[in-house]
Amino acid sequence: MSREIVHTFETNLAWQGVKDCLPTVFGYLGIGFAAGVVQTAAGMNIVEVALISMLLYAGSAQFVVASMMVAGAPVFSIVMAIFIVNLRYFLLSASLAPHFKHFSIGKNALNGFLLTDETYGIIANRLTKKTPFQFNWLIGLNLTAYVNWIFANLAGAYFGNWIENPKTFGLDFALSAMFIGLIVLQLLSRKRWSTDLIVATVAICITLITSLFLASGGINIVLATLIAATVGMVIEKWK
Amino acid sequence: MEINTTLLLVILLGALVTFIPRSLPLLVLSKMNIPEPIVKWLEHIPVAVMAALFIQEIAVPNDEFGYVVGNLRLLAALPTLLVAFITKSLLFTVLIGVVTMTLLRYFIPH
Repeated sequence: MSREIVHTFETNLAWQGVKDCLPTVFGYLGIGFAAGVVQTAAGMNIVEVALISMLLYAGSAQFVVASMMVAGAPVFSIVMAIFIVNLRYFLLSASLAPHFKHFSIGKNALNGFLLTDETYGIIANRLTKKTPFQFNWLIGLNLTAYVNWIFANLAGAYFGNWIENPKTFGLDFALSAMFIGLIVLQLLSRKRWSTDLIVATVAICITLITSLFLASGGINIVLATLIAATVGMVIEKWK
Repeated sequence: MEINTTLLLVILLGALVTFIPRSLPLLVLSKMNIPEPIVKWLEHIPVAVMAALFIQEIAVPNDEFGYVVGNLRLLAALPTLLVAFITKSLLFTVLIGVVTMTLLRYFIPH
């Protein structure tokens, strides 16, 4: 009897994770579809598109691969570019670590493999709650995003030839809108307005300034995050 | 269907350099006692990184637009921000964002 109750509770948690992921589904469908189209145009067949979306599972990195393949770049420089685009994950992953201490190494390896900007945004909105993270909730959230991403990539690869311009319907803006929603929800849930607004402003200014002379979106995001978080820490020490 | 060997190499190495930054800090730091100042610093990462990604999405120029000139995203961001604050719903925010962008592209020639 009690085992049944526990089982139901855990299933419910996983479903809650699936539900919490739904708002990101639109954004991922749009951008994943676009990735599928671009990768096919760069010469990948559907098996290769499936493989890259399952193993890399990273939007920006997959776009980098497609464009550098077209340019005929050598393997080493493509892999370096992927690494640079992914540098910010060091910071995302580190910031989750204090909250993921109760998970086994295997579970955290999986949590890390399935970490993306948007699922991070949803997880970060829960950091302010005192209840510890449940693995089943994370799995529900992460697997929904993962399956949706692979599906979107394959759909783009398959239907890409028939659709002239996926931008017509404003779907590409779904991702931007999601970042807007995530930052706003984050600010609302933390209620640390004075510090948070300064941190956000610093991050925004540095991203804009560095974008003037840094071509790669990987390094300026990392620079902006490092400096803005440090500013936030210093301000809170003063108070 | 055949898999191109060069591409396979890119995918496998690429998967490795994606997995490492995503998992390594989580695996190492979750087994350590992190010093308090570092924990305080890490608490600011979510706001910092999301603000950076947000502005990168809507204001850093690409082949489609400049910083401000011709930047429909910047325009579409305004009602989207408002809806996010009022509804506190990610789903509504995304829907309004997409609808706004569709309308802007329809009415403003580009």
